This record gives sequence, structure tokens and C-alpha cells, in this order.
Amino acid sequence: MAAIQVQDLRKTFKVQKNREGLKGAFADLFKREYTEVTAVKDISFTIPEGEICGYIGENGAGKSTTIKMLTGILVPTSGVLSVGGYVPYEEREKFVRNIGVVFGQRSQLWWDIGVIESFQLLRKVYRVSEADYKKRLDELVERLALQELLNRPVRKLSLGQRMRCELVAALLHNPSILFLDEPTIGLDIVVKSEIRDFLKDMNREHGTTILLTTHDLQDIEALCSRVIMLDDGRIIYDGGLEELKQRWGTGREVLFQFGSATKLGQLNHWTDGMPVTWSAENDLNAKAWIPLDLNVSDVLGRVVGQADITDIKIIETNTDDIVRSIYQSGSAEKPEEARAEQDGKEVVHV
Amino acid sequence: MSKMLGVAASSPGGSTRRPDSGGNSRKLLLGAYFDFIRIRFLTMLAYRVNYYSGILIYTLNIGVNYFTWKAIYGDGQALGGFTAAQMTTYVAVSWMARAFYFNNLDREISTDIRDGSIAIQFIRPYNYVLVKMMQGLGEGLFRFMLFMIPGMAIAMLLFPVNLPTEPSAWIGFLVMLFFSFLINSQINVITGLLAFFVENNEGMMRMKRVVVDLFSGLIVPISLFPGWMSSVLEVLPFQAITYLPGSVFTGRVQGVGIWNVLGIQVLWFLLLLIPIVWLYHAARKRLFVQGG
Repeated sequence: MAAIQVQDLRKTFKVQKNREGLKGAFADLFKREYTEVTAVKDISFTIPEGEICGYIGENGAGKSTTIKMLTGILVPTSGVLSVGGYVPYEEREKFVRNIGVVFGQRSQLWWDIGVIESFQLLRKVYRVSEADYKKRLDELVERLALQELLNRPVRKLSLGQRMRCELVAALLHNPSILFLDEPTIGLDIVVKSEIRDFLKDMNREHGTTILLTTHDLQDIEALCSRVIMLDDGRIIYDGGLEELKQRWGTGREVLFQFGSATKLGQLNHWTDGMPVTWSAENDLNAKAWIPLDLNVSDVLGRVVGQADITDIKIIETNTDDIVRSIYQSGSAEKPEEARAEQDGKEVVHV
Repeated sequence: MSKMLGVAASSPGGSTRRPDSGGNSRKLLLGAYFDFIRIRFLTMLAYRVNYYSGILIYTLNIGVNYFTWKAIYGDGQALGGFTAAQMTTYVAVSWMARAFYFNNLDREISTDIRDGSIAIQFIRPYNYVLVKMMQGLGEGLFRFMLFMIPGMAIAMLLFPVNLPTEPSAWIGFLVMLFFSFLINSQINVITGLLAFFVENNEGMMRMKRVVVDLFSGLIVPISLFPGWMSSVLEVLPFQAITYLPGSVFTGRVQGVGIWNVLGIQVLWFLLLLIPIVWLYHAARKRLFVQGG
């Protein structure tokens, strides 16, 4: 059964237009003008139980609006929505007892009271029995090493400490679906990887379905088997991270360090007949660019036997670069293919 | 081993679980609502020093009003059915009632809406308005014990305030005071929820404050307004906040009249639920969470 099912989901906001100048302000007083802004444009996707799915896109692409509809905060303008067997906006109070939500930029703990008091209050709000609560809290506190923080007031926690507490707060009632809206924003690298490990364990041990939005692609690489990419309210990519890399990563780079001077001409000569592009900063360092359909070991085989090599480094196009170029083009279609369709020509891969 | 237990305890097919709706779970939620009262009370207690100046300000207000009315009365006997002695008591009781029922729920709600933290409120399985009312009650409890009672004691030392001696008047007054709190908080909730519909309801909140103070009879008892005005005010909810309970406590309304006053308060309490429920539901459809 699918944990989250979304069909033609749309959200339109009415935004007040402020006309310019004194005359405009006066006119606004009597007759307001509104512009309609469509934040989410008829998107559809299905997330099966137990999946960790990354939801990415530029600022203002509609990620948060989607999450807010999925969590029952916003009522969609149109479309069909089912999360954990509920229609979120219809039975909000029943529905939210089955989900956990963490907003990286907003705290859901009470500012003035101690962490443990916040947890106690949430226990009652979510109607968790004392026994279940104790077991769950012990497990989470131990896993996230929170023992020393429990009696501190929330306002005295650092961001990293607070974020770990937020996770506990969202998970105390053992939700089957967890929504994370930029959970690692502003955190240092140690806390980030702690949180990633924790989420992975949660998913493995409890089968928790996780949907997370993030701008940190390392979150996605560490956690997600699937990525949904949004641009201007539309889904432009939905699939595995590996496929995305394969589709967009055009090649690999191999860095060579030589023990003795090796000329560029020499290198070109060794890989004669291969579509390899060489560049060199000096005689001791050279870079080879190898297209995807060529085997790296074939190239290495030609070079290794002949040159005096002290170091080799293979660099794959990283996800950041891929995503950046997708954002810039606004489409997940590979540029060559798109062009090919337009021109009606076959692209010959060399 | 603990990992295995974890798997066994929670079914991976979690979405088929339905929250139980048994009596025990309802009791837990009720406990949570009480906690909101308790926590607000304790938080206010932690900041109690901020309120010491408030006691002084309220005493000052009573003083200013007392001397003003004394000058107006001169040698006169009665104004709008109030004797000078009754007016002194009315002024003291009204201001001290305000020390109890006043709260900033309107501001809290509109801040939640305008900075977007309302989103956090909507992911919790409780009723936001009810939680706000409970927090208001926690604040009211604090104001009653650490603000109204000491303030009243000071006012009684300084001014010739005559309080009734029969216990029934006191019980009646406390019940009415509670309804004053409810009606005032309801008006605050309505004003706060309007932030869903207008971009900035700061002006509305200020206007509401002046309207409540003036039309509730805090500044001028309603019987002193011009005839047409007082007949308009008699069909508005504001008089139920200060004027009616004050009239009972100063002994101007007695016997069956007391029940009428209580009836008017209960009626307004029920009537004001309608716009709150309507606004809350309409707001859910219009909600636009600020800041993405």
C-alpha cells in the first residue's frame, strides 16, 4: 500500500496587489486587486511505504507548499490527496496523530519550558500511553545522546541540540510517515551526519516512510533512494538518484600526477583513437576527460604501462553540479536529447 | 536485541494503524489542555516582577477615576442611578476585574498567523483556539492571584470602597467574573483570527482595545451614556464584560435581576462561539503560511 498518493495536486494563492504611489494606495483602500499565484501545478506522485524520498528544488519551487498540503496545514485548491490512508485536510486532528513533522526553520518545542516537559506535553497531546512513551523516549534519548539536555529550557539549546530534540518531538508518537522540511539547515557537519545516520536507522528498524526537502544534496545522497525534483510548481524529475547522475553526468575526470616530466603531446599519442581530452597545468600534472561510454580502465591501461605515475584520482561529476545545471536549464531532459528532438536529428554519440 | 524488539513493536505497515479513540486517550488530551493552563501559569510566575508595576498602574487608574468622579459629583446625590459611594466601588471593582480578564490572546494569535508559526499549531492533534483559551486561562489564574487580589487590597486601603458582605454576592461575582473573562477572550480570539483575512490587523486590535474599555462601561458606566447610545450598547456583548457584573457587585442589581445578568453573559458566551467556529473553518481554506 502506498504511504503517500498525490494526483493532480494544485495550490493557488491569492496575493494582494499593492498599487504604486499615493493614488494607488488610495485605490487599494476601496477596491483590492488580487493576483493569483499557482505555487503547485497539478503534480502527481506515489510514495510506497518505507521509502525515503528526497524532494528538491530551488527556493520558491513549491516544495514547502506541497509539504504543507501533505501534512494537512494547507487545503489544496484541487487534486486528490491521500496520506497514510487519510485525506489530510479533512480529518486533520486524527490524521496528524499518524505523522511526524520537523520544520528546520521553526521550533515545535515550547520555548519557555524544559525539554522533558515539552516531551511530556506532547505525550498527552498525541495521547501516547505512559509505557509506550517511556520505552520510546529511552530509545530515542539514547540513540541521539540527549541525556544531559533533558532538563534544560529549550531557549538555552544550541541549534544542533535543538534539532535533535525536534526529531524526538516529532517521533515520540511513533508516526508511520515522517515529513522533514530542511532538517539539516544551518547545522554543522557532525550533527548533520548524526541526523542522517539516525534517520536511516529509523527507516530500517521501524519502516518509517520519510519525505524530506533539502538544499543540501549530501542529505539526498546519504539517505534517498529516490528524488523528486520540482521547478516552478511542476515535477521535472522523479526517479533514482543514480539514474539522475547517469543521465546528467556526461563523463569522468582522471587526474594524473607523474614522477617525471610527461608532455601533453606524449599523452595524446598514448590514447590515440580514443575520445579522451587531455589538459595539463604543467609537465607533472595532467587531466584526462573521459566520456561515460568509454571505460576508464581502458584509458588507464594505455597510460599506466608507459608513464611514471605517482598518483591517480578519478572524479565523477558530483550531484551539486548536476542539480545546478538542471536548475539553470529548468528541465531534467538531457540538453542534447532536447535539442535533438527539436531539430529532428539523431545525435551521434562518439 | 533491542533493534529486533523495535521492529516487533511497531508494524512496518504503519499506515494501517488507526489511532484509538478510547476514553483513556481522551483523558490524555484533556490532561494536555490542563497542562497548557499550568505551563502558562508557571511561565507568568517566572516573570512576575514585570507585573508589580502593573499593580501600581491599576491603582493609579482607580485613583484618577475616583478623584474625577468625586469632582463630578460635588455635593450631588446620584448620577445615572449611581450614588457617589457606589461609583467608587464600581470604579475599583471594574478596574480590578480588568486586571483579571485582560489578556493578549488577539496579539498572540495574530503573531502566530503573521510569522507563520501557525503551521506548527496545525500539525498537532488539538484544537488551536481551545489551546489559546487554555493559555488565556492560565494567564487569568495568575492575574487573579498575583495581580487582582493584591491590587484590590491596596485599592481598599486607599479609597472608600464598600464591598458586599454576603457570601452569595461574592459567589455570584466570581461566576460572573469568569464569564467576563470568557467573553473578553472570545472577542480577542475573533480579533486575532481576523489576521487570516487582512494582511495587518494591528489597527483592528487597537480599536478593539479602546472599544472594549469604553463600551464595556469601564471608563464610564453605561447608564451614564446618552439614552440612544446606552440602548445600542445594551444589545452589544461588551456590557457583559464589565458593566453588568459591576452593577451586581455594587448592589445596584439585586434578586431576580442577578439571574438576568448571568443569563445575558451565558447568552453572549454561546453567541460568540458562532463567529469563532466560522472564522476558524473559513481560515483553514484561506490559510497562507507566511515565509514559504
